Amino acid sequence: MAELYVPRLATQDEMTSPDGSVRPHWKQFVGMLDELGRDELRSRWDMARRLIRENGITHNIYDNPDGFSRPWNLDLLPLLLPVSQWQQVSDGLVQRARLLNALLADVYGPATSLARGVIPAELIYANRGFLRPCHGHRPPLGQWLHLYAADLVRCPDGSFQVLSDRTQNPSGSGYSLENRIILSRVLPSMFEECGVLRLAPFFIAMRQTLAALAPANRENPSIVLLTPGPYNETYFEHAYLARYLGYTLVQGQDLTVRDCRVYLKTLGSLQRVDVILRRVDDNFCDPLELYSQSFLGVPGLLQAIREGTVAVANAMGSGVLQAPAFLPFLPSLCRHFLDEELMLPSVQTWWCGDRESLAYVLNDLARLVIKPALPTRGTDPVFGHELSRSDLDALAAKIQAQPYAYVAQEPVESFMAPVLLNGDVQSRRFVVRAYLAAVDDSYTVMPGALTRVTDAPDSFVVSLQRGGGSKDTWILGQGPVSEVSLLAPASAPVVLSRGGSDLPSRVADDLFWLGRYVQRAEAVVRLARCVFNRLTDPHALENPQAMQVLIDELLIHGDSLPATAPEIAAVMFAAADPSGLRRATNEFHTLARVLRDRISVDAWRILEAIERQTADSNNELRQVEEDQIDKVLDRFNQFMTGFLAFGGMAADSMTRGLSWRFLDMGLRLERGIGVAELIRALLAEEHAEERFLLDALLETADSSLTYRRRYLTQLEPAAVVDLLVADETNPRSIAYQLAGIEEHLARLPRESTHPQCNRDQQQALQLRTTLRLTDVAAICTPMHGRRDRLELFLSEVAEQLELISKLVSQMFFNHAAVSPHLLGSEKAY
Amino acid sequence: MRYKVRHSTEYYYGESVPLCHNLIHMSLRQTARQQLSSSELTITPLPSARHDFVDFFGNPTTWVCLQEPHDGLRVEAQSEVQVDVPAPADTPQTPWNDFAERLATDTSLYAQKEFTFASRLVELSRELAEYARPSFPPGRPLLACIEELTRRIYEEFFFDSSATTINTPVLEVLEHRRGVCQDFAHLEIGCLRSLGLAARYVSGYFATMPPPGQARIAGADRSHAWMSAYIPELGWVDFDPSKGTSVTDKHITIGWARDYEDVSPLRGVLVGGRRHSMIIGVDVEPLEPLVEGDDQRSGD
Repeated sequence: MAELYVPRLATQDEMTSPDGSVRPHWKQFVGMLDELGRDELRSRWDMARRLIRENGITHNIYDNPDGFSRPWNLDLLPLLLPVSQWQQVSDGLVQRARLLNALLADVYGPATSLARGVIPAELIYANRGFLRPCHGHRPPLGQWLHLYAADLVRCPDGSFQVLSDRTQNPSGSGYSLENRIILSRVLPSMFEECGVLRLAPFFIAMRQTLAALAPANRENPSIVLLTPGPYNETYFEHAYLARYLGYTLVQGQDLTVRDCRVYLKTLGSLQRVDVILRRVDDNFCDPLELYSQSFLGVPGLLQAIREGTVAVANAMGSGVLQAPAFLPFLPSLCRHFLDEELMLPSVQTWWCGDRESLAYVLNDLARLVIKPALPTRGTDPVFGHELSRSDLDALAAKIQAQPYAYVAQEPVESFMAPVLLNGDVQSRRFVVRAYLAAVDDSYTVMPGALTRVTDAPDSFVVSLQRGGGSKDTWILGQGPVSEVSLLAPASAPVVLSRGGSDLPSRVADDLFWLGRYVQRAEAVVRLARCVFNRLTDPHALENPQAMQVLIDELLIHGDSLPATAPEIAAVMFAAADPSGLRRATNEFHTLARVLRDRISVDAWRILEAIERQTADSNNELRQVEEDQIDKVLDRFNQFMTGFLAFGGMAADSMTRGLSWRFLDMGLRLERGIGVAELIRALLAEEHAEERFLLDALLETADSSLTYRRRYLTQLEPAAVVDLLVADETNPRSIAYQLAGIEEHLARLPRESTHPQCNRDQQQALQLRTTLRLTDVAAICTPMHGRRDRLELFLSEVAEQLELISKLVSQMFFNHAAVSPHLLGSEKAY
Repeated sequence: MRYKVRHSTEYYYGESVPLCHNLIHMSLRQTARQQLSSSELTITPLPSARHDFVDFFGNPTTWVCLQEPHDGLRVEAQSEVQVDVPAPADTPQTPWNDFAERLATDTSLYAQKEFTFASRLVELSRELAEYARPSFPPGRPLLACIEELTRRIYEEFFFDSSATTINTPVLEVLEHRRGVCQDFAHLEIGCLRSLGLAARYVSGYFATMPPPGQARIAGADRSHAWMSAYIPELGWVDFDPSKGTSVTDKHITIGWARDYEDVSPLRGVLVGGRRHSMIIGVDVEPLEPLVEGDDQRSGD
């Protein structure tokens, strides 16, 4: 690889010395890459990309219609750093974290830094991140900053400087973990032989720190990870970290404050929460006392914190220090609080609120990088060298109008790092995000980092939002590396727990609908497969009217009737068509994403694959020729395999807890409703070609074999209806679904277990009785060419099943769905 | 002057509300010219949890949680208070622009400086500075400048309770020259802050006189608001732009902060009860005869 790569000579390079030789700490790695060869490297890269797709590693790009769940962009080449170099950086980072923690305690307490004039008032009082209601808080153990991250750049002399401090709720440590897992699978031998330091000890320390925050005498504390939800940029990471750390992933509406304590709303009860790891910005965490328009948080949370019944990490208000305006003041703050010199410098930063700095900045504007000094929404840094004369003048005027709102940073001629792009090695600028966790009264640094690279060789902006990529970061140790992993705890004591009722109501709701949507999509595929089987069958041409009945049931069509197979295929795979598959798969896919931490990796893969195949089909199969119908059929068969796998997994691999019950109940209700409606559509009217429809009905309802075993070739409507509706031994019949639903209902947590007290159970019992007492033969007898009694009966069955669905929602999900809102305020006159 | 002040806020939800959290700023603040002899805040139904504390700005604050289903909420503050006329002082001569410069550079004034920045309901702008400018010629003493600005707002703006809501931006008030006391307080605060001066919002009541020959109608008063400016040598001095004057012993203070949002009398988040109605009753009862003042404008 060394010969593939010619770094830009103008700047320093991570891998190559200015004389063109490979730097010592890269030699082993580069040698191993050369051994692999170019083709092998490419196939490893493909494997990495496949792993990313299959594991659903995504991040969301805002303001972009295709930006939702973009696959994560990982470069195959890690950034290598020798442990000796990293140790030096780590020492500086630890000092910085201690300093920022002390500063937070001061800002929300005695404010000596203000009183002694170490920092100007603007940094606090003009800073939206300063949350006045948090003033006077006393977080447990004096820890304000539990998790801290710093973005580092490497200067021409090889030293690192801090570009920005992340104190709000640093993101990316989960992605760096995922990067590591993928690279260690794709490049296993290199990973082993290079002596890469493991990440797990860092996460173990982080878990201990969070557990120690729990209010006194709470053994086995309950810790939740609070996420803004699936539309957040890094939702994947939230779900991933929650699962990795063993925390419950919750949204604000899953929590409630009662008696000044925070509780998780589960099906069974309210469960006390001791510690909240928040990925929601602090100002959005309590609409009562903080930003009132946000309901991402929990009303009343601040009082619970003041009472000490719950701890939040990072402490509320920590975002204040994310303001770049603090950077120039850190050296004097370090002397003020720690009586030490700042070890790890920031990139040279000028705060324009200082008059001398302002004069310097205005003079050198064309050379500097201008940023907002205090938190503002969505403002990118401005590079002076990219601006025209008039733009520079406009910028200068803006700065002069409100100098304290701006900082300027010296541009850093940073190092370049090699990246592998489509088999070629190129160089990119990069920023290393390092992570720290509080440990007692100091900090520990993650031996690794999330390295992000620019999206183009001449670009200076590192932004995943703009399409830049990421790298794993290997800290190369000198000795043997001990095996520690959170993924497979070898000797850690396990706390035994049995599938209890700690299922959050919202999650139960989502699982229920996941079941319904998956089944709905499966029903579409079954019917479509049945139609396409017949489209290629010459026998079908003899039954054109019956064929049309089937097609009508499959498609909700507009003005023109699709008649040919290619036309029908086009509708099925069109992205926007209401009868298409895309809509059905989109619906379950969205839910599956929210439930990432609740369904198994295999379940996720199955659903992800179906969704992806549907999307691919849109391109591949929308325009097929008449003689390519086999391809369409193949695709439907693939889908069916997926659905069967999902059903099998739900049946065989899920523990019989509440999660499974709600998922299965959704599946069964939808299946029952689907069967009732299909029979009604096909048999309400008497057809001359009825045998053809009965046959299709049995095939779609997956009951052909059972029927033939009982009745051989005799196709009778009453026998078919009996098998599909009332036969409790046929796993596809409505009666069979209902039996399962009754069983589930009986096992749900409720105040009274007596069926008579619960409307949903009553309803199910009533429906079962109806099914048992109905004379199927009688209602299937046609009168004047119609089966009105059958039609009426089936619509009642479908309605009653929907009613059960509604009752379950009301009884079990309702309090999750009710969102809080603001009381009207009184005006002063 | 002694008063008995009663302020009640009642909400009717129209449906049962299972959970409601409130933050209340209705208890009077003890100040240099305002002595409380009693102060009581009653919440009905009885809250499941209640905490009385002092907020960041030093205002008495009450946090309550109602977690039993209820279909209404009543919060009533009752207090007896002695309010004095602000003591006359020497007229300070510091030119306003000298003080603005000091605020900008002297780090020992950090506490005052907090009130020079924009807040959510008071954005700063060139328009506000321009409006204030005629009253602020360079070299004129700060006190005189603010007195004139207060008078101008009183004369140039119309009381119109239908013109604004709680969220009407100050610039819109400036443009239409209409609003209520809360808008005028925000406007004057915005003017001063846009010139680099320190100003804060004061929430309270104003004791009104019944028309001559008529008896006082209990419960017919309303909340009032004005503003306070920092003047070197004097400290914080209150001015009432809806009266055009500095404050008197008819101004009773609840508390102060950056703007209305920090000290709104009652803030609440509830589950259910989306279509609620609100009834406010304020009664400021003088416990000694009120002296005829210059509160010419009725209704505000």
